[in-house]
Amino acid sequence: MAQPTKIDFAVGIGGENGQGIASTGDILARIFARRGLHLNAYNAYQSIIRGGHTFLTIRASDAPVRNMGDKIDVFIPLNQDTMDRHLHLLKSGACAIYDSEKITPGQAADGVQLCPMPMKELTQGNKLAINTAALGATLQLLGIESEPLESVVTRQFKKKGDAVVAQNIAIARAGYDYAAQNFKAFPWKTPMGAKPLGVITGNQATAMGGAAAGVKFYAAYPMSPSTGVLMWMAAHARQLGIMVRQVEDEIGVMNMVIGAAHTGCRSMCATSGGGFALMSEAIGMAGMIETPIVCIDVQRAGPATGVPTKTEQGDLWQVLGAGQGDYPKLVVAPSSQLDLFRTIPELFNLCDKYQCPGLVLADLLISEGTSSIDPDELDFNVKIDRGELILPNGNIDGANAASGYNDKAYLRFKNTESGISPRAVPGVPGHIFTAATDEHDEDGTIISDEFTNPHKRRMMVEKRGRKMQAAIDDIAPPKLFGPENAAVTLVGWGSTEGVIREAVEKLAGEEGIVANQLQIRWIVPFHAAEISRILWQKNVIVVENTYSGQFARYLRSETGFDAQGHIRKYDGEPFMPHHIVEAVKDQLAGKTRLSVPVHEVLA
Amino acid sequence: MSATTEPAVTTTEKPGQLTKDTYRGRIHPDWCPGCGDFSVLAALQTAMFELGLQPHQVCVVSGIGCSSNLPGYVNTYGMHTLHGRSLAVATGVKLGNHELKVICTGGDGDGFGIGGNHFVHTMRRNVDLTYIVMDNQIYGLTTGQCSPTSVKGMKTKSTPHGSVENPINPIPMAIVCGATYVARAFSGKQKHMVEMFKGAIQHKGFALVDVFSPCVTYNKDNTYQWFNPRVKILEEQGHDPTDLHKAIDRGYQWGEEIPIGLFWRRTDLETLEEQEPVLHTGEGPLAFRSNLGIPSEQAKALINELL
Repeated sequence: MAQPTKIDFAVGIGGENGQGIASTGDILARIFARRGLHLNAYNAYQSIIRGGHTFLTIRASDAPVRNMGDKIDVFIPLNQDTMDRHLHLLKSGACAIYDSEKITPGQAADGVQLCPMPMKELTQGNKLAINTAALGATLQLLGIESEPLESVVTRQFKKKGDAVVAQNIAIARAGYDYAAQNFKAFPWKTPMGAKPLGVITGNQATAMGGAAAGVKFYAAYPMSPSTGVLMWMAAHARQLGIMVRQVEDEIGVMNMVIGAAHTGCRSMCATSGGGFALMSEAIGMAGMIETPIVCIDVQRAGPATGVPTKTEQGDLWQVLGAGQGDYPKLVVAPSSQLDLFRTIPELFNLCDKYQCPGLVLADLLISEGTSSIDPDELDFNVKIDRGELILPNGNIDGANAASGYNDKAYLRFKNTESGISPRAVPGVPGHIFTAATDEHDEDGTIISDEFTNPHKRRMMVEKRGRKMQAAIDDIAPPKLFGPENAAVTLVGWGSTEGVIREAVEKLAGEEGIVANQLQIRWIVPFHAAEISRILWQKNVIVVENTYSGQFARYLRSETGFDAQGHIRKYDGEPFMPHHIVEAVKDQLAGKTRLSVPVHEVLA
Repeated sequence: MSATTEPAVTTTEKPGQLTKDTYRGRIHPDWCPGCGDFSVLAALQTAMFELGLQPHQVCVVSGIGCSSNLPGYVNTYGMHTLHGRSLAVATGVKLGNHELKVICTGGDGDGFGIGGNHFVHTMRRNVDLTYIVMDNQIYGLTTGQCSPTSVKGMKTKSTPHGSVENPINPIPMAIVCGATYVARAFSGKQKHMVEMFKGAIQHKGFALVDVFSPCVTYNKDNTYQWFNPRVKILEEQGHDPTDLHKAIDRGYQWGEEIPIGLFWRRTDLETLEEQEPVLHTGEGPLAFRSNLGIPSEQAKALINELL
């Protein structure tokens, strides 16, 4: 068989937590990325440290990979349970690599190659190294030479010492050789890409975006699936001059972040829905005292503790409504790991300009999910615009030196035409004021206790609200992907961009259905006019990870547009492309207007 | 870089010409006549004057409640934050600009009730803050409900049959939680209070001054008349504030004799800020560092970690 024009394969590794699935995944991801292959990895795991069922899917291709895909080509069950749950899902051409002494395969489909390996012998009895032997076999089947394995294994295990590195290399090689002698390799060879790529998680990308934006203060309370941001920040804090604090609770986190931001630091925090709920009163404070902060909600399945290790988009309305009262804030939903990196500096600039909180709606899928990344795309040389900020030496460039002392003429909350008031920070001579969460006058004096002046209250509400009128011009409107005229328009928001994109391509390529996609990043402000224009007279299906259709409702509230169809998934696992393809076919055939795809893998 | 507004400066006074009036805020307090908080405000202004603090280098941070209105009444930078959150916000302020003197003010409900979690953790971190609690053992702004320091048996609007809960005693609590300066003052002894505040502001580390600041409207039990004969000044009794066990013992004393003064002080512990190298790079406060973003060499190293 000739080498196909596009190679696209996935390796699935399953077992108990603690069986080394993550490290095997890291090794494979690095080998693929160093060859220049694009990849996407998703770990379906549970909220326990050992035991349970974990299934990691790494999909790689010489073309861009935007989601975990629909199929598994190399299946590595590290226990019987994984074998039982997944073997029946393999299709002809796939192979299953397993320990012949411990695991019994069930009935596999025709054309599935069973690859039993005598693991005890190959690993010299080291149970922890079974995954390493399977890794060696995997590379052999994929037609990858064994050299890269050694350097990546060395990198992975070097902290554990030379003996462990040497042993793992030997075991990987034994697995590689065993596969060469006993199994049939894939009829194609894994290609090399144009240049080596990196591997990044969304949480790393978020933290790096913060560093690029000039974050000087980061605080958090550990909460899955957002903790990766804290870990990156803590690891790099001293090197980058960032103050990182783990705080007693998320209430403290947000209040501390606001305190630091009030002094002039770019300040950031990340959490998940439960922590965000605790932060919400303070987010209103940032709105009231007009302090720019950035907070990332890495959504997981709720409500309450919910499913801590599963993905969902159920926090949309929580974030829209964060904090009591009516005040301006910015809300953005990045669509990929790279987009997370780019969004954080963009959002900081807007928060500084409009002196308001900026909220990011990420989710477990992209934040804990791993992607390959082109190092040239990670541009740290970002624009930094602090807006109308007054520091002790004038502006941030030190251009206009301020002086003065005990000046009672400065109006921190001046009622300007734009609603934006020049912001001095504590320590600046001549600009003393009190920032109050009570309603206040232009000079900061509170007007809520003694004499509540309705005219002043109205003026200040309008001053704050007016800031958002111009913000829509600062953000890019969403663009339709695909042909203008299509049988169906798929609308998604945030993290589902990649899987919907692939569904659109599959509909065209495999089903002959012309579809297009409108993916929405900016939630507030919302490009309602442009979105209405695009969707007008189209057959629209909204795709989202919620039960009640939160985004469809938001779309209707902002545009009056009522989508014709809905595809929703709320079982904790992300969409796979075929879920959307099949749902679109059903809906175009008039079978239903609401599809809820069944997630097959964890049957 | 964006256009940054030229500061509009009309200098009314020059640095160095500090008077007591320097610290007077834009507006007059709206506290009830006779409220203990007037005495606290005056003592704080006197302490700042006597220490020669420049108003723009001080940030007074409060929560919510009658006493938390204080930042608006002093001419320093101020933050009037959320109920219970002053210490968390103030920690952020101090870490953002560690050259500021940061003083927190608030009440017993704000600090020991809704803010109790931050109270405990800010003390164990030994952040260099001064925390003045105007402790009137009642919720005043909500018109007279029991507070975490209301004594057992006290009849309030929320405890019409008398409170059955034991109160918090902030003095021993602060000592065991890691505060490094723990004092108590009384609104009826303003000169003594000034000394407590000055000591607290000069102390490097977390300093608590719990002030008996009577609520003349809603607390008819713990009044000036009730406190006056009972309070005894530790400094006049030869108390050794470096003796941990004596400090705790005196902190628990209640009844006919109630000690005020400095219970506990230790100077051997580093503050949170002192232990954080990012504050000691010679570039000044984090808030004023001008080169934001990542230099290209460092960016390259960060990217290399991904390869």
